[in-house]
Amino acid sequence: MTTTTAAVSTPQPAGRPLWRRLIGFNLLAAVALGVGGYYLGWFIGHQIKAPSLIYREKTSENDVALLLAYFFGVIGFLIGLGFANYPVSRLFGRPASLREKEDEGIGRYFGLCTDHKVVGIQYLVGIGVFFFIGGLNAMLIRTELLHPTPTVVGPNQYISLVGMHGTMMMGMMTSGILGPFANYFVPIMIGARRMAFPRIEALTFWLLMAAGFILTSTIFFGGFPTGWTGYEPLNDQAVMGMDSYIIFFALVGLSMCLLGLNMLATIMTMRAPGLTWSRLPIFVWSVLATSVLMVLAAPMLVATLLMAALDRTINTSFFIAGGGGSSYLFENLFWFFGHPEVYILALPGFGIVLELLPVFTRKPLWGYRLAISGMLGVSLLSFFVWQHHLFVSGINADLRPFYMLSTEIISIPTGFIFLCAMGTLWKARSSFSVPMLFCVAWVFNFLIGGLSGVFVSDAPSDTSTHGSFFTMAHFHYTIMGGLIFTFFAAIYYWVPKMTGLRFNERLAKWHFWLMFIAFNSTFMPLFAIGMMGQPRRVSEYASNLQALNIWVSISAFVLGFSMLIFLYNTVYSLIFVRLRAEQNPWRSKSIEWQIPHPVPVNNFEQIPVFDSDPYDYGVPLRVAGAQPASAGT
Amino acid sequence: MTEPNHARRFAVVWLLATVIATPLVILLLGPNMPPGKATQQATGQVTDNTVLLAMATPVLLLVVIYLIYTVIYFRQPQGAVLEGPAIRGDARVQTTWIIVTSLLVLSLAVYGTTRLLSDNGAGSGSGPSPLTVPKGPKLPVQVIGQQWAFTYRYPTYGGVETPHLVLPVNQMVELHVTSLDVIHSFWARQLGVKADANPQVDNIAFVEPTRVQTFEVRCSELCGIWHGEMFDHGSVVTQAEFETWIHQQQVAFAPATKTLPPYSTTYLPKPTRRGG
Repeated sequence: MTTTTAAVSTPQPAGRPLWRRLIGFNLLAAVALGVGGYYLGWFIGHQIKAPSLIYREKTSENDVALLLAYFFGVIGFLIGLGFANYPVSRLFGRPASLREKEDEGIGRYFGLCTDHKVVGIQYLVGIGVFFFIGGLNAMLIRTELLHPTPTVVGPNQYISLVGMHGTMMMGMMTSGILGPFANYFVPIMIGARRMAFPRIEALTFWLLMAAGFILTSTIFFGGFPTGWTGYEPLNDQAVMGMDSYIIFFALVGLSMCLLGLNMLATIMTMRAPGLTWSRLPIFVWSVLATSVLMVLAAPMLVATLLMAALDRTINTSFFIAGGGGSSYLFENLFWFFGHPEVYILALPGFGIVLELLPVFTRKPLWGYRLAISGMLGVSLLSFFVWQHHLFVSGINADLRPFYMLSTEIISIPTGFIFLCAMGTLWKARSSFSVPMLFCVAWVFNFLIGGLSGVFVSDAPSDTSTHGSFFTMAHFHYTIMGGLIFTFFAAIYYWVPKMTGLRFNERLAKWHFWLMFIAFNSTFMPLFAIGMMGQPRRVSEYASNLQALNIWVSISAFVLGFSMLIFLYNTVYSLIFVRLRAEQNPWRSKSIEWQIPHPVPVNNFEQIPVFDSDPYDYGVPLRVAGAQPASAGT
Repeated sequence: MTEPNHARRFAVVWLLATVIATPLVILLLGPNMPPGKATQQATGQVTDNTVLLAMATPVLLLVVIYLIYTVIYFRQPQGAVLEGPAIRGDARVQTTWIIVTSLLVLSLAVYGTTRLLSDNGAGSGSGPSPLTVPKGPKLPVQVIGQQWAFTYRYPTYGGVETPHLVLPVNQMVELHVTSLDVIHSFWARQLGVKADANPQVDNIAFVEPTRVQTFEVRCSELCGIWHGEMFDHGSVVTQAEFETWIHQQQVAFAPATKTLPPYSTTYLPKPTRRGG
């Protein structure tokens, strides 16, 4: 183990005047250089003249300029934050500036900071903001769908909203659990003092923030009409707002890939003495399984988007049928990333549920090894199912039986996770605190998601459900019901450790119940609406479906309101009242609850030595005449 | 304190619920499952949906009843801090679970494959050279998607192109779906047909209407701002009515037919704004 050498905390140049601090590398400089870079790119883009760019004269649009503007803007933003300091100093043989190692003060939350605990909190707040923007889009979508013909926002804004909602959620929430919670707790859980690559860790966060801002900026360029899948050739036809989508997803892909790489390196090389693979907390295992997917799938996305950008700018025709390309190519490449992507969203949720259940049931995790094989199995198989998104597209139609089989086989390892969750609940002493409620809700939601998945994975049945609201309801059950519920479980469970403050329990319970009921009341009817003929992404639908759609919209508004309760609770409990959390409110045996609060900068004074897994709950059962240890399920 | 035999109690409750619910689902819900019985393919899908539902019901009941059972019986007493039993797994239960789920899943895949092949693609787009082709005479109809309407060409009737889809009853129809611009998806819900329209791709789907009725046609792949407006009604009519209708169309569209490109399985797409 190499982690035993203590990281040295660098002393701060004390008493630097305020103006000196403002001029250095910080968020202010980042924004200034970002805007500067943006206009530089815009200017260069307008100077480039070439015969294949002739279309610009007809359309008054300039994708080259916008793509370059975004590119230089991001570079400027990162330099402003100070990401270039270290390599540049080393290049000139000077000692590296260690500004990012600054270890106190609120300022470090607003800039480049390499403390994994700061990055975790940055992620939580940053992703939270974009989560609410994405949610707001959903509210507008449901407002439009109150009426069967376009009324409120009109068809153009409507598909832009649908695209922004989908892209924002799929892109930003990819790191919804890994960003905040894995960055914060994985090093602690494995007894390390930091992540393997702290500067890369900070980079993933700031890339994601730049990406979120760029996606939001699409509204200034006409939005984009393709939804989150960005299918060609509609992509090629779209106005400049499409470039925001391309850059957004490319940055997300980069951030995702680096995040996964960092997690893999950390978990593989920095475990404390005694923390063998079979003692690793199950949450860390789920992070590992997710990271494998991130590292392997995300580069595919970036490459695909680069090809799309080339099609849009210099008239290559990777995806243009008339020019020798194929719209199938995009679908293939996109879903080769896209299907692992949905498991990137789901797997951390598995980890959270299985990590939290033992704490609240006062039992060891049931079937630890089975859970690991479940996660790794899902992770592996998710690369072999992508063409089930294309069952009716006519692509490789003779391979449909194979994709049907591989898709259905993936429910075997997913079933392991269910069995482990259910086994842990058996004969438990469950107390239903808020995180536990969210975990139990996960079991139900993901079950509905999984069972509806059987219908879409079956090629004959998929003929009717494909591309309809049925499919939409299915993946909201798995992603919102799977990821977002566990996201909130993790928030209620771990934020007391991260901040030393706790949420108001009463409000939290209101949030849970309202969210759970409204979620089901929103998405359950959508199965029926889809079966009755409403395709996805339409602002016009058959008038006989209006009553159901109104029901769904109202439920969605209640769902939105439950988020406001959460927001109110956050502001009220964590900022105004500042309710102090106990040292270990859940009586958890996991290591993160045993170290002092607030967590010291280097986490541990001495690197801990592990002699068991963190699930040492419960009393051994060997009373004469009692039931066999676990009678069947 | 004697604990009741939880495992047995749960098993009994679940078995009872399954025995009651599954036949109800099959008999009451099954016949009403979409997409209805207007065509051979749609009827086949109703059967598939019923089978899947019947297989899903016991699983749904197992987990839901289990959740309710554990939430009711295995609670921490108010104010207590008791520990549960330290059970870390059970090889027998795990093995049984793996075997049962594997069998379920494999039988689903086998069933799905058999149905897909025996129904000639079950109404879904099966590419330019489908694996199974129905025997007997087939009426070829081309579905052309473009922003934002579907049109239909009947190559055996002089390649006439019509704005609405009319099909004869009890006649196997061979739909050739293609696109002139972006990706569309031809969805005739009551017919149980869905096939993506890709530029320069001939996507074939087979369907045999068995009832005289009207049906909806929608686009189910996002294709631009008026995607939601790609909506029309088609109809299935008797053979005689179809012959009359198609001859009317041939006469009415005769001047237009002359200007159309000759019938072909795909057409060179319109150039997009940038590439092409």
